[in-house]
Amino acid sequence: MPAPLSRALRRALAVAAVLVALAGLWELYIWIWTTAGWTWPFAVDSTSMPHVWTIAKAFGQPAQVNQPALITILFHKALFTMRESVVGFALGAVIGFVLGVVLAHSRLLQRGFLPYLVASQTVPILAIAPMVVVWVNPKLPGPLQGWGAVAVIAAYLTFFPVLINTLRGLQSADARALELMRTYAAGRWSVLWKLRVPASLPYVFAALKLAATASVVGAIIGELPSGLQSGLGGAIINFNQYYSIEPQELWATNIVAALVGILFFVVVLGAEKIVVRRAPENVA
Amino acid sequence: MSDPVVSISHVTKTFAQGNVTALQDIELELMPGEFVSLIGPSGCGKSTLLRVIGDLIEPTSGAVTVNRKTARQARIDRDYGIVFQDSVLFDWRTVAKNIALPLEMLGWDREKRRQRVAEMMELVDLEGFGDHHPWQLSGGMQQRASIARALAFEPALLLMDEPFGALDEMTRERLNLELLSIWERLGSTVVFVTHSISEAVFLSTRVVVMSPRPGRIAGIVDIDLPSPRGVETREDPRFFELVTQVRELLRKRGEHLLPEEEGL
Repeated sequence: MPAPLSRALRRALAVAAVLVALAGLWELYIWIWTTAGWTWPFAVDSTSMPHVWTIAKAFGQPAQVNQPALITILFHKALFTMRESVVGFALGAVIGFVLGVVLAHSRLLQRGFLPYLVASQTVPILAIAPMVVVWVNPKLPGPLQGWGAVAVIAAYLTFFPVLINTLRGLQSADARALELMRTYAAGRWSVLWKLRVPASLPYVFAALKLAATASVVGAIIGELPSGLQSGLGGAIINFNQYYSIEPQELWATNIVAALVGILFFVVVLGAEKIVVRRAPENVA
Repeated sequence: MSDPVVSISHVTKTFAQGNVTALQDIELELMPGEFVSLIGPSGCGKSTLLRVIGDLIEPTSGAVTVNRKTARQARIDRDYGIVFQDSVLFDWRTVAKNIALPLEMLGWDREKRRQRVAEMMELVDLEGFGDHHPWQLSGGMQQRASIARALAFEPALLLMDEPFGALDEMTRERLNLELLSIWERLGSTVVFVTHSISEAVFLSTRVVVMSPRPGRIAGIVDIDLPSPRGVETREDPRFFELVTQVRELLRKRGEHLLPEEEGL
């Protein structure tokens, strides 16, 4: 077997093993707590901790009569949320990067704007989301209606780590390398594109990995005040109401949401492997 | 008599921080094709002087001309190439693309760049490593790539700041020989900063001995060893005489600040 394939196989096996172990621990916990009758920190029953197989079975069954299986519904809802997060992620990454480049070139702008940009992140996203929906939605063309505003909310959550790490990364260029560019009488623009930006990429990608998962969270939360039913956020609100009767459906939704986050993370990781060429000891 | 390539007159450099006089009233002229080493203990201002020539540092007073222009204009005209102690190769570029960097800055087209890079790789004996990334090369090979990059646009002047300082003795001696043969072929003028006496004597046509606090020229030794030089040069009695002469100049001017002794 060729080396890269066997390595991928080993990694997949490791992931699967961890998954099985987690499911095992979950079931072990349920068994110990129910047999011993412990009620601390909470009583374990089929509502607080449904069995793994109950959750697995829920995927295959319709959540409501006359509906397709839950997995089909969640798949479509996940696609809807992914569209919001992908657009939000891209928007946030571009805004964060461009802002980073601009602020890196002006100490004055950096001093003036950075405190407000930091403040923007201390406001809970749930408090901002309704306003974004009200402001953005009326201006959006038909096909963007509804989900477009959610993408903006996701972008609000993703731009910040990208901005901070772009700033840091652009300043990470080696002093000798900057001197070298000076000997070439390089202008600001060449120094930026040939040296500072390539030097910043490991930092930018560290931020993009954070932003990838944050964009999924942002999209799900953004759906709540928008009253959108087509995404995972809508599903979570919906299944929340039935939690005391059928907890497995909310659990199933959470698993799908987590899978979307992991998928995004892995895609960014793959892009990083292709784009960032560094000595092995310098890879973050 | 032709014009000097580098002319330094009354150059003084003080650093406000710590009130240090790095250079005091330096006078020096470099003629075309000369190989001049600046040697001295740490803090004698040899690297500062190199940076003043390259317009990477401005002198506090005095003037530097390169090719009869101000140092600043010469830098803008890309009149010199530079090699640092670290190779300063960009990790994200292949070796070939690193060597092509100054050519990109000069706006050469792709085909012209490719040709020159191939010539340069041959010159520094790196054929076949063009597609490697810097971290895949040994320290000596990285420094050869760095020299190729500095020479790629055929500058008349080459500034070298302890280029072999981080290499082991054997690699260093081999690169000394290679540098000499490149210099003999290209006929460029070289300013070479080092703290190795034997290296300075072996390579140079003149050795400028500097002393610290304040940094000034303690003396200049003309190196009249026959050319071309080779491994046997290091065994020539005249080589030892010159090494002793440089060492004594260093000793006289800075009793307590000797450079590291060389294993001769």
